[in-house]
This record gives sequence, C-alpha cells and structure tokens, in this order.
Amino acid sequence: MDWGPLLLTLKLALLTTFLLFFVSVPIAYSLAYSRGKLKPVFEALISLPLVLPPTVLGFYLLISFSPSSVIGEFLNDWIGLQLVFSFEGLVFASILYSLPFMVQPLQAGLSSLPQNLKHASNLLGKSDFVTLFKVLLPNIKPSILTGIVLSFTHTIGEFGVVLMIGGNIPDKTRVASVAIFEEVESLNYETAHYYSAILLLVTFIILVFTFTLNRRLQKNNSLW
Amino acid sequence: MVDIDIHKILKGKSGNFNLNIKLHIEKGKIIGIYGASGEGKTSLAKMLCGILMPDQGKIIVADQVWYDSEKKINLKPQKRSANLMFQDYALFPNMSVRKNLEFALQKNGDSKIIEDIISIIELENLQHSKIHKLSGGQQQRVALARAMVNMPRLLILDEPLSAIDEEMRIKLQDYILKTHKAYHLTTILISHNISELHKIADSVYELENGSLHQVKAKSNSDNNTSVSGKVVKKTLKPPFVEITIIYGNTHLNFTTRAEKAANINEGQIVTIPEDMLNTDFK
Repeated sequence: MDWGPLLLTLKLALLTTFLLFFVSVPIAYSLAYSRGKLKPVFEALISLPLVLPPTVLGFYLLISFSPSSVIGEFLNDWIGLQLVFSFEGLVFASILYSLPFMVQPLQAGLSSLPQNLKHASNLLGKSDFVTLFKVLLPNIKPSILTGIVLSFTHTIGEFGVVLMIGGNIPDKTRVASVAIFEEVESLNYETAHYYSAILLLVTFIILVFTFTLNRRLQKNNSLW
Repeated sequence: MVDIDIHKILKGKSGNFNLNIKLHIEKGKIIGIYGASGEGKTSLAKMLCGILMPDQGKIIVADQVWYDSEKKINLKPQKRSANLMFQDYALFPNMSVRKNLEFALQKNGDSKIIEDIISIIELENLQHSKIHKLSGGQQQRVALARAMVNMPRLLILDEPLSAIDEEMRIKLQDYILKTHKAYHLTTILISHNISELHKIADSVYELENGSLHQVKAKSNSDNNTSVSGKVVKKTLKPPFVEITIIYGNTHLNFTTRAEKAANINEGQIVTIPEDMLNTDFK
C-alpha cells in the first residue's frame, strides 16, 4: 500500500489548520466586536462554504487561478506561485473551504465572554492586541479546541474542492480522499478499504478525544 | 482636579431618559454617588473611563482633556489615567489572584505593592488560586485591589463593598481611605449604601432623574449600626406609623410613634438605627 496519499492528507490538514487559526483570529475578533451594518454580509460570505457544493468553490478557484487568468498570471509572474494543480493551491483552497469551521467557534466564544473583561484589560492600560492574546483567547480554550479539530477533520474529509483545483498528482495533490475514489474506479477495493478504514479510525479517535477534553474543560476549570 | 459636564440619552425601564452630569471634584477628594438602580450610575462610571461615549460635553482631569465633543477629542481608555472597579468584578478567569494583580501593574511599577495589597485583602493563602475558586466576597476584594494597583488619577469604585462581611468591610473602608490619602487619588465611590458613603466620602451626591444633587450628611450617619434610605411609603397604624424606606434594592420597614414621625415625608432620606427595623435586613 502506498502511504503517500495519507501522509499528504496529514500534511495538508496540519498546515491548513495552523494557517487558518491565524487567519481566523482577526476575522472572528472583528466580527465579534463589530456592530457595523455590513456584518451580516461578511458573516454570510464566510459561511458560504457550509452550503455551497465544494465543486462550485473549486470551479471558481480553478478559473481564477489558471495561468491564463489575470490573477493566475499575476501570481505566476510576480511570485512564481502556481495555485492550480499544486500543493500550495490545495492549502489555499482548504483555508477558504474550512474558514467557517474555525471562524464560527472563535466568534461565538469571543461573543460569549463578558464585555467587561475586555474593558477591564483596556483600563489597565493594555492594548487590544495584548488583551486578545493574554485575556480573551485564554478564556475561550474550548472554542479554540473546537475550531482546530473541526478544521482539521474537515480538511481530511475534503474531496470536491481538492479534485477540482488539485487534480490527482501523486505526492503533490493526490490526497487520501481522492486516492480512495481512484482506487474504487480502478476496482482496487482492497487498497480503498485500507485508506477508508484508516481515515474512519483516525477521525473518530480525534473526535472522541476532543469531546472528552471539552467536557473536562467545561466541568473542571482547573485545567485552564 | 476633575471637571465633568456630560450629557447622554440612556435607555431606561420606562423609555429613554436624559443623563446630565455636572460635577467638579477637587484633587484628592472622595465623592460618593448614591442612587436607585437604573438611574445611570454605572453608565456614568463607564463614560468617565472611556468605555462608553457621551453624546456631548467635556471631561477634564488634571488639565488633560479626556473628552470634548466640540473639539472631537475622545481619549481611549488606555490613555486615561482612570480605573474602574466593575460591579461584576471583571476578573480574568484564566489568571490566578496574584496574576490578576500583576497584570494591572504598569511596566515600571513597584511589585512591592502587590505583596502589600495581597496582605491587606488577606488573600495570602489564596494568591495562587484561580478566580473561580474564590467566594463572591473574596472576588470583590481582588477586584478592589486590582483597581488600586496602578494608582490612577481617577479611581472609580462601583459598589466596591456590597458582597463583603461587616468586619472586612470596615477594614477595606479604612484601606480605601488610607490609600486614597497616601497616593492623593481622586476617587468616585458608587454605592446604594448611603450611610457607607457618608462615612467615607467628602461629599455625597444623589443621582436622580438624570442629574446629581448633593445630599447633606445626617449627624448620626457615621454610626455603623444605622441604615439610610429614601422614604417611599408611610402607613398610619395608630398610634404608630410604619415607614418603608428603600435601601439598595430592598424595602425595609420600621415602626415609630406617630408624633415622632410627623416631620418625615415621602421622598426624604432618613437614617435610622438598625435595631429599629422590623425586618432583619442582613
């Protein structure tokens, strides 16, 4: 059995989750504290991947980033970055696709904190940045954990977007979900079984672990 | 010196009302503000600190303009040397008692004050505990301590002693007074306990119908075992009179001889010895 697709999936999920966290914190923060009229528009934009067929997102990304498009040409000429049929493209698409799974728990967590925590920190002379990292985020650990796990597992489960923008290039874009599809197409049921069982087991264990930890975080604050 | 002249329309239980605050506080004074709940005491505190914006007016503290609607000046909370002890304490749950106090200390601040203040609020044994392990009264002591760590120019205490037992309360009243004097702080004390305000503050104001007016102290108000409140009802029960006063959020009754209560009217603030009350209010 070729472990390549599984390792590639792991690499993609880890990198996506890591980058997604830092992309999502400022977004969740501004949504949690904004009262602007455009807030529902931004919330809708971020939630789109929840309802859109992944192929739609994949299709738009494919035509936006193809070397013959304006954006694709610009990226290729100026930073030598090719986002179509490349690992970098997969990471970018995964970040977009998993955005609501990270932003929404973080935003809900921040909104549930008493406003006075932020005010108190500001009054003690701390900037919004220090307040965010020293006061707000440490008090929403269950939300952060939820966001990280959902994004990670969701990226493992990605299929449509990956296939559209990444294709099926071994060790570059051939992740486990795509490999399973291909093995089934070529009637290699045994390999498909291996991949599927491993994915099933890994994601199940991650979720059980998360729910257990979250329950303990909520029940026993001393873990904080 | 603090000069306040601010206006804001606030949402009340029975529709919007105007808050018009005009107040001048000499440097180093403690003033007390008393008022029923929903009169805007906490909103006033938040406006002074910069976490709630007035509709118009001016706030000037020690010749520094903190807020001026005409000149469009509105200093951020971080830029105002003000601190507010919140009614709900707003302690940071992720930090221990000690870390909460250290967080308040400014970069070049003297960490000795942390030791001092922990021993004054008698939480040496709990200093490394997380906030949720503390009782309400203990949390209130930490919140008070945290507000005083960095010695702000303007210190605002919103119901600082409401959850604290009598013995500790007297001790902390004393501590507020001492710190206030030692560091020449200008302090605004908000409370619904008017006798406590008369005891600590240089002058006491009542916030009513959106504006402040000064309340003169009664001669026996510095007696610990008395309570003060506004008369809301007077019921004749010959030969006695039952008088209901509002004390904080509760109604208290006391009965006295009719002729003694002849000059007590509704709306008036009276101070009465605790042992005259019909109901035990503790």
